[in-house]
Formats: sequence, structure tokens, C-alpha cells
Amino acid sequence: MTRWISALACWLCLMASAQATLTIEITEGVEDAEPIAVVPFGWQGQDAPAVDIAAIVAADLRRSGRFRPMAEKDMLAKPSQTAQIRFKNWRIMDVPYLVIGQMREVGENSYQVEFRLFDVFRAKQLTGYRMPPVRRAQLRMIAHQISDAVYQEITGERGAFATRLAYIKKLSKQADDPYRYLLFIADADTENERPVLRSRNPIFSPTWSPDGSKLAYAVARSTGQSIYVFNLASKRIVQLTRPGEKFSAPAWSPDGRKMAMAKLENGSSDIFVMDLDTLQKRRITRHWAIDTEPTWSPDGKSLVFTSDRGGSPQLYQYDFDTGKVKRLTFEGKQNLRASFSPDGRMICFVRMGEDGQHTIAVMDLENETTQVLSKRSQQESWHESPTFAPNGSMIMYAAIWHGKNVLAAISVDGRVHQRFSVKTGANVQEPAWSPFLD
Amino acid sequence: MKQLAKLAVALIPLVLMVGCGSKSGTSEEAGETAVKGGKPALEGGAMGRGPAAERLEAGQVGQAGQTGETAAQAGAASAESEADNFAALLQKRKIYFDFDKSDIKPEFRDIILAHAKYLAENPTVKLTIEGHCDERGTREYNMALGERRAFAVKRMLILNGASRDQITTISYGEERPEVEGHDESAWKWNRRAVLVYSE
Repeated sequence: MTRWISALACWLCLMASAQATLTIEITEGVEDAEPIAVVPFGWQGQDAPAVDIAAIVAADLRRSGRFRPMAEKDMLAKPSQTAQIRFKNWRIMDVPYLVIGQMREVGENSYQVEFRLFDVFRAKQLTGYRMPPVRRAQLRMIAHQISDAVYQEITGERGAFATRLAYIKKLSKQADDPYRYLLFIADADTENERPVLRSRNPIFSPTWSPDGSKLAYAVARSTGQSIYVFNLASKRIVQLTRPGEKFSAPAWSPDGRKMAMAKLENGSSDIFVMDLDTLQKRRITRHWAIDTEPTWSPDGKSLVFTSDRGGSPQLYQYDFDTGKVKRLTFEGKQNLRASFSPDGRMICFVRMGEDGQHTIAVMDLENETTQVLSKRSQQESWHESPTFAPNGSMIMYAAIWHGKNVLAAISVDGRVHQRFSVKTGANVQEPAWSPFLD
Repeated sequence: MKQLAKLAVALIPLVLMVGCGSKSGTSEEAGETAVKGGKPALEGGAMGRGPAAERLEAGQVGQAGQTGETAAQAGAASAESEADNFAALLQKRKIYFDFDKSDIKPEFRDIILAHAKYLAENPTVKLTIEGHCDERGTREYNMALGERRAFAVKRMLILNGASRDQITTISYGEERPEVEGHDESAWKWNRRAVLVYSE
């Protein structure tokens, strides 16, 4: 029990230090977003709770671009129980959806949250849950789960709010320590960030296991690049590739049993696939050119990778059945680092234009049409490391904004754009969006 | 109600993650302690080791502005100036590249030939070649490109008398820029191979 308490204290410290560092800014929105009222939750307990569930839910829904939550000051009433609702208060505001709820303190550092979603015009409850009691530190995640439930009930699509991000922060030069690299995990809204790993050597290419329990990443040491797997629950680290061999660019297969990777050897780079049970590696490409950044199609039948075999880095697709390689990209000076949408219909990748600038592009694999998604501006440029949300609705990427490395996200239809500003001055790079975590 | 049960189950792994996650704070990345002294020679920091280090103690090694100079200056034909010239070439440890290229530009040939000669004459000496890139292109692509640049230097050294086992290559991709910045004035110093001696 004491361990739990000290663990919690530590967790809260991390939270407190992280809380002020990130702000979300929605830079472009959608006019036809659905109005919704998320009423401040009722509260039964001693002191006021630190977490405003309704505000988190409203922020989540707004970030999706699909909803336009009503401002609290415009609400004519603030019901927290079904019996208190007067639907005409909401009908006259022309708000079709209403979320109410309450939070109760049920023990020391134990809170129970319940919520209900109503169809205002039909005066009908659409969904509602009483969540199991949690500690204070988990209330944000509870709020994200409520967002997921509301989003799914109304849009019919699964929400990706109760998911996580992994990213690297590269701290600035220190006297005795040229760089410091930290691997962070945060909630999908970049709140609750905490460092899980640190190194004086470059950590890069973090990637989630399909079940969300582990992260693979690469480290560049003076002896070469190696791939590691970090177990989030046990904090155990396993080195997958032997020292002396140089392996990089890890990519989990959809079933989690294999890992594609790039081997650096004799000035070249080739793709290999490792069986994670036997640790045996199988060569996939053999070419004098650079082949790297493999990524699996969700059906596990092909890999897309970056190769400069045509003279500049472009995307190619390897088919496991036929062993054939097909070139996918032809426009743009360079096209690199692809990843698949969860439904396998699209890839997103980095496109370098003639001016050397990076943008995020998506390709529809069926008709092979490409669309540049991210908009560069004087203030925001250098877009890289795109990563799909597990529901395929958004792509997060790293960008330079006013000279700082920040995270940004854009909806796959390009209509909603948002930026997660980092105030600490740390260089945030290489975001990786987790899979669904249940 | 069934859905509620599903949500409850979903919460359990989260609870576990939080509990364990904060237990010991941040972990040190594996093998970290084993890498002491593995610091790269960022600002020509490998001085003091390697050829002719005792004779030329000044800090001019690999200074960015000087790398364009070549053997052309060493016009005097005396044995002494030739030796001086050789020593001066050996002090140059940085080879610069064009964007997305790994071929050795003519102005760096003499530097590499001098190092090849030195390695051939001193077979116990070991050399690590670090490959680096500018920030354009992705991290992993640049890891591979840095490796290719380092290997291009290694190949030329071997062709000119150095032994294969004297030389190892390592790429840092775009991770360790020599000059910070987002334009060609920085990029041109970052696309490089750095020769780091150890005995």
C-alpha cells in the first residue's frame, strides 16, 4: 500500500510538471460540425476535484472536427441528473445532443463518474454508463472514454480519444552530455505526459506493438544501431538485435509475431523480417541501394518501404506472396516513411518538394492518387513523422512552428488542423499513435 | 450493460499501467552505462589521439572554414614541406558531401589519401568513420545515407592501402548536426563524414 501511495505521489509530480507544458490550439475547424452541449458534471465530495470531466470531453469532441461544443456561459441550465433536464432549454438553442453526468468521491482518492447522452429533440437517452471507481490520476482517461462513447454513439465510428502517444524529446546540448534523448508517453491529447526512457544516445523510430503493451525503438550508439523492445508494464527492455550488427527502423507485423527492420551493412541498407519467437531473420530485399523504413499493410500481405533504387528516395511495395516489388510514388523530389491507415486503404508519408521542404501526403492505394495534406506556412513548416490515429480519422505529425518542434494533427479529409504547442522548448519529434488500448 | 462490463475490463490494464509505470520513474535506456566514452568527436574532439596529435597541439582540427583547402597550397617541393603538408592533411578529419550524395568530392581526395597512407604505415591504428546528414529526408533514411557516406570514405581508404579491419563505420544520420539551422548555410556543414582515431 505504501508503495502504491509513493507511486501515486510520483505520478502526480510528473503530472503537475507536465500539465502546464502543452496547449492545444485548433487552427482550422469545420463549419458544419454538430452542436453538442457537455454540461459541467455534478460533484459530490469534499474539496473540488482537480479534473473537469466535461471540459475534457468537450475538448476531445471539438478536436475531432465533428462537433462544436457549446460554451458553458451560453447554457440556460446545468442539469447533472436526468430528472433535472428540461429539453426545451436545449431545443431553443438548437443543440441536438446533450451530455450530463456526475462525479462522486467514494473513498480516499477514489472517484466514480457516470454520464448520459441525450437526443434533445426526441427527449431520449442514447447511452449512459456508470464507470468503475478510479483514482484521481485516472480521471482524465475516464473522460476520454466518455468522449469515445459519445463519439461512437453519434457518428457510428469508434473514437480514439482514450489512446496514447509515444514520442521522443531531444533535449538541448549540455556541457558533459551532448544530447539527451527521452522517450515519452502521453494521452492522445498530449496531456499526462511522462518520460519512460532516457538515453544519451539517439533514440528514434518508436513504434507500438499491435496490442499496445510494448514499444520498439532504435538506438544509435558508437558501436552501431540496435533495436530494443520496451515492455510498458514491467519496464523490462530486451535488445532484439545483436551488438555488432546494425539494425534500425523496426515495424511490428499486424499479428505482433514478426518485426520488419532495416539492416545497415557495407554502405547499404536492406529489409529483413525477424520472427519474434525464434529471433531468426529473413532477408526481404537485396539491393545496392538504400531500402529502409518498412511498414506492414494491415492484412500482413505486403510491406511498403523507402528505397533510393530509382535515384531518389521513393516508396515501394513488396508483396509477400509473389516476392515482387512495385514502385508507388513518382511525383515529388522525395517520398519517404510510409504508414498504412488502419483499414489498409491509404498510406500517409513524408513528401519533400523541390525546395527541400517536407509535407505530409496521403495516397489512396486503390486508384493511386496522392494528396498533399498538411499546409505549410511561414510559421509552420517541416512536417514529418506522420502517424494515423487507430480509428483512421486523424494523422498526427511533427512540425517546426516558430522555430520550435511541436506536434500537429490534421483530419484525414484535411478539414481540421490543430497544433499541440510545447512551451518547454524541448524538441518533440517522431510521434507514434498507439493502437486501441482494450 | 454488457458494454459497461466491457468498459470496466478495459480499465484494468490502464490501472496496472499507471501503478507500475510510476514505480521507478524513468528507466535508463538499456546498456547505457556500457557506453561511457562513446561520445562522438563533435567538435574535432578526437584530437590528442591519432596521427601527429602531439606535434600539432593547436585546436585547428576539422574547423569548418578550413576544409576547402587542399594540397594545392603545398607547392614547395622540399621533403620538409611535403612532410608538413602530409601532417596538415592528416589533421583534416571531415569530408563534406552534396545533398543526398555519398560520392567523394575531388577536393577531399588528398585528405583521404593521406589518411590511407597513415593507416597503411601504422597497421595497429584503428579508425572509426562517422557518417552524418543534414535534416532533409527522414531520420531512418538519413541513418542509411550516413552509413553510405562513411562507407564511401572507408572504401577509398582501403583502395589506397588501409586494411579493412582497421576501419569501422557508424552512422548518426541527422542526429548530430555540426551546425544548428534550417538552411543550406547549416546543412552544408552537416552532410559529412568524420574520421575518429583510436589506438
